[in-house]
Amino acid sequence: MIKFDRVGKLYPGGHEALKNLSFEIAQGELVFVTGHSGAGKSTLLKLIAGLERATSGTVLIGHQNVSQLRRAALPFLRRKFGMVFQDHKLLFDRNLFDNVALPLHINGIVGQEAAKRVRAALDKVGLLGRERAMPVTLSGGEQQRLAIARAVVSRPEILIADEPTANLDESYATDLMQLFRSFNQVGVTVLIATHARGGEQSGGGRVLHLKQGTLT
Amino acid sequence: MIAQHKLALAQVLARARRAPLAWLMMVTVIGVTLALPAMLYVALDNMQRLAGGLATTPQISLFMAMDASREQVADVETQLKNRADVATWRFVSRDDAWKNMQADAELADVAAGLKKNPLPDAFVIEPKEHDNPAALDALQQEMQHWSGVESAQLDAVWVKRLHGLLALGNKLIALIAALLGFALLIITGNSIRLQIANQHEEIQLSRLIGATDRFIRRPFLYAGTLYGVGGGIAALLIVLAATWFFNDSVAEITALYASDFRLTVPLADMALPLIVGSALLGWLAARFAVGRALAGIENY
Ligand SMILES: Nc1ncnc2c1ncn2[C@@H]1O[C@H](COP(=O)(O)OP(=O)(O)OP(=O)(O)O)[C@@H](O)[C@H]1O
Ligand SMILES: [Mg+2]
Repeated sequence: MIKFDRVGKLYPGGHEALKNLSFEIAQGELVFVTGHSGAGKSTLLKLIAGLERATSGTVLIGHQNVSQLRRAALPFLRRKFGMVFQDHKLLFDRNLFDNVALPLHINGIVGQEAAKRVRAALDKVGLLGRERAMPVTLSGGEQQRLAIARAVVSRPEILIADEPTANLDESYATDLMQLFRSFNQVGVTVLIATHARGGEQSGGGRVLHLKQGTLT
Repeated sequence: MIAQHKLALAQVLARARRAPLAWLMMVTVIGVTLALPAMLYVALDNMQRLAGGLATTPQISLFMAMDASREQVADVETQLKNRADVATWRFVSRDDAWKNMQADAELADVAAGLKKNPLPDAFVIEPKEHDNPAALDALQQEMQHWSGVESAQLDAVWVKRLHGLLALGNKLIALIAALLGFALLIITGNSIRLQIANQHEEIQLSRLIGATDRFIRRPFLYAGTLYGVGGGIAALLIVLAATWFFNDSVAEITALYASDFRLTVPLADMALPLIVGSALLGWLAARFAVGRALAGIENY
């Protein structure tokens, strides 16, 4: 479902973030992307989600060659993914409900149907009762959960999370990992970037370990 | 699809509720700006109406030469009969004119001092085309050259002047409206640009999770259009209020001339073009602003 073939990413300014990457991810897999800070984890996820364009090689999503996609087709590629960003990207000027509703609106789902799905997503991450609260009133971990609710609300085929457990204590992190596993168990392909060395958190998933932009 | 539009509209209204003062200010600015040419238009329209009411239909007085023969007078009569651009005409023979002069209390003394009738035969002609100065001129010029005619006088030069002035007024209003429209484009565009800057995070995020340009543009286009509609309505209200305010003074003045003339706003002619035009302007400004902003965001 995701296939990288000798993919490279050269950022403007000359930094080569990814070099000659080739791998495949099948539908329904749980994959951890690990590596030190600056190894290229975020870059890899962005290439998959259509947020950055590869500078060499080919990226196939489904049977689409993403690097040759027309600009007008880009939004529709991005809608396939539920994305938890490294910096959350929550909107602090609106309540939890409206934060989670945004992807639905973008997908053209509004009104009662949207409300039902928003509440279901908030329920899944344990924030159901707080839909009218503002994001600033949430703890760091709760904000992370809100970001997850927003990523899953439009029921994407592929869930991508960029360091979702950073800055969280261990038990909270384990809880969140459990949450991702539960999505994976119902058939969602899940990709998680984490700077942890893998082992302890990956139990049951595949690990792609990056080192200075190459797979090891 | 309709749901999407309702959503965008709801978003705009929600933002307006959150910042009612900013909204009120924009609508007022647009309203006041548009009220200026609109009021000029109303003034001109009323002047036109007033001119129409006062216009004694322009006449051409055709004086025959003193030595014109009966045949020449008869010729002129048949010519007048056959012309399509003459509405009515009346012959005043020199004898009739002389009798009138002698009967007139004020002119009787003058007449008594004269040994014989100094007056020529004359025709009083009312042309068909009342408000076409060029046609009136042409007619007068032509009659001037009929045989036996001493002179043809067009006694409505003011009609021409007035029309010239009103046409100039119309052009001036069009120019002012165009300039102010341009200013409004900039003002509205800037306001939308600020809104976009405020929503920058939302726009960027929306882009990342698959929003189309159309989706991002939509609420801003609605905002611009609503500014325009609100401004147009405000302008209309300002014009109505100003007219009402002026009419007290107008009533006093026209009473002196035994007229019941009042300023009226040509609502039927004005309301729709004003509001639709203003809405279009707002939409255009928003379209411009969003287009520029979107071009600056995408980096894929
Ligand atoms: N937009 C950009 N322009 C230029 N260089 C960039 C850009 N984004 C990332 N880089 C560089 O590419 C390299 C990989 O960055 P990336 O964000 O993928 O690392 P990461 O593995 O996610 O690190 P972290 O664990 O700190 O998030 C880094 O050296 C970074 O400086
Ligand atoms: Mg990163």
